[in-house]
Amino acid sequence: MSQQRRKVFISGNEATAEGGIAGGCRHFFGYPITPQNKIPEYMAEELPKIGGVYLQAESEVAAINMVYGAASAGARVMTTSSSPGIALMQEGLSYCLGSELPCVLVNMVRGGPGLGNIGPAQSDYWLATRGCGHGDGRCITLTPYSVQELHDFTAGAFEIADRYRNPVMVLADAILASMMEPCELIPRRDLPAPDRPWAVGPHDPDQRERNIVNSLWVEFDVMEAVSQRLEERYRQAAEEITDWDEFGSDEPQVMICAYGISARICESAVMQANDELGIRTRLIRPKTVFPFPTEPIRSWAERVDAALVVELSMGQFVEDVRLAVEGRCPVDLLGRAGGNVPTVGDVVEKIREAALRAGVARV
Amino acid sequence: MAEAKLINPYPKGLTEVEMRYCPGCTHGTAHRLVAEVLEELDIIDRTVAIATVGCSVYAYEYFNTDAVQAAHGRGPAVATGIKRVQPETVVFSYQGDGDLASIGMAEVVHAAARSENITIIFINNAVFGMTQGQMAPTTLLGQKTTTSPQGRTVEAAGYPIRICEMLATLPGASFLAREALTTPARIRSSKRSIRRAFETQLAGAGFALVELLSICPTWWRMDPLEAIRHVEEKMIDYYPLEVFRDRLAEEDEGGDTNA
Ligand SMILES: Cc1ncc(C[n+]2csc(CCOP(=O)(O)OP(=O)(O)O)c2C)c(N)n1
Repeated sequence: MSQQRRKVFISGNEATAEGGIAGGCRHFFGYPITPQNKIPEYMAEELPKIGGVYLQAESEVAAINMVYGAASAGARVMTTSSSPGIALMQEGLSYCLGSELPCVLVNMVRGGPGLGNIGPAQSDYWLATRGCGHGDGRCITLTPYSVQELHDFTAGAFEIADRYRNPVMVLADAILASMMEPCELIPRRDLPAPDRPWAVGPHDPDQRERNIVNSLWVEFDVMEAVSQRLEERYRQAAEEITDWDEFGSDEPQVMICAYGISARICESAVMQANDELGIRTRLIRPKTVFPFPTEPIRSWAERVDAALVVELSMGQFVEDVRLAVEGRCPVDLLGRAGGNVPTVGDVVEKIREAALRAGVARV
Repeated sequence: MAEAKLINPYPKGLTEVEMRYCPGCTHGTAHRLVAEVLEELDIIDRTVAIATVGCSVYAYEYFNTDAVQAAHGRGPAVATGIKRVQPETVVFSYQGDGDLASIGMAEVVHAAARSENITIIFINNAVFGMTQGQMAPTTLLGQKTTTSPQGRTVEAAGYPIRICEMLATLPGASFLAREALTTPARIRSSKRSIRRAFETQLAGAGFALVELLSICPTWWRMDPLEAIRHVEEKMIDYYPLEVFRDRLAEEDEGGDTNA
């Protein structure tokens, strides 16, 4: 980075919005929903100053379809929402996947199902990694765990979306959205327009054929070829952008898997388990959950006696961990829901129980 | 021998792909009128057509422009996204009455309220054609469809919706007209309104919509001539043909622009 990053004390929502701008986003379409209202408010303030467009859609259904149109026309575009709003965007998101349109969505997950509440939750894990509307498409899903990462991941999401011609979802929660932390902001700059030779718009017909953005393929073989192309991209993304962090003992007896805000809590628990209980513990923290860091989790599963998953859900992320572990060690779940979060003490206690069951704890 | 002169050549705004419409269907007529207008205004290469979900879903194959296929009812939102990114692009959304007046009602109303600078071609054939003849919000009282087999009743399904009259309550709607694709004179009039709807967009004057009363011989279970008579005798009665708003003309006359 040629220019210096400026360090500020800022909320997760603002860091996300500024991350979008730093990533080159100049078009934002959204509909208010707590706990992410600060993002559209920030965009409404900032985008007009830099030649961009903020538009408050009449619904999330309209918002995602405006995103669809803007992406078709070649724009780096984003929308943000929270669980019920993201649910409403599912059909439009599926059209983005089918038409292979790059765009960025942020989901500040709140408690559910139903209207639920505005507390922190990680219960849209399936929605993000399995859902994304009907059909065989998947969203590349990034899972920040700090205000800094919200900023950086949102900024980086645009390049990833263009590289794979696929929507990217930043999956966070109500705590990350609202909490304030120091954050080094990526300087704003005018990025060159993304390279999208397939985008619609004014053109010289001698220079190119007409462009069509479409997801209707009535012939089975043609439709299957689209699905295969998407699958190939996901395989490529798995090789190129799977990302995770590790923390704690190098010779662990217990592995903890957690992402996002849960991983923040687990970091403290890992230190306590190592230092106070003498249970050697290591945290594996996915920064991407689609593609999923299967390899590191699997290889640590070979070496540990027990694994513990901590998530703000009754058990969604744990399924991917179990698929990665494939029976190599027992996998326990500490799941909280409805806006509740486990304390560091809760996690430490679960680590102790898991270690006891595996016969590696002294107490 | 007198030299033959082609007075109405194939419009440049259409591709030569064979259309998939049923015999007698007026979607083809509407396509041709739009295509002729695009050619006359010399905007083919800077127009993006939005094909929506219904019998006209393949419109992206027929219009000789760049095109985007949109989810059912969301044409006006997709058009908004494109237009906000590329104000110089001419964007039109081509929608049936199921698409626009049922599932997509919110999008069209809000696009009109925002006076989004786009053009909508609205095909009112009073039925869901593509899904095989179910009742639409525009189905007339008494009209039999596959989901109103005894004829539409107020008790079961309420009243048909008059889109132009409804949108006319919104100051953001800058051009609103209802035409019918039945007789040569009405078809010429339809073309005038379609042209006006694009001129409104080119002038940056805001939201324009042309409703075209159309026939669906297949699902009305009529031959095309009967179907045309049905429009003339029944539909026009409930859906009067009228230019409800023409902001450009009002401005020319220095009239009330606040409607
Ligand atoms: C979300 C969604 N719901 C339902 C459908 C099924 N569907 C396809 S076309 C259509 C109705 C189209 O009727 P209309 O807009 O009047 O156009 P026409 O076929 O008469 O030209 C429906 C309900 C769909 N494709 N997507």
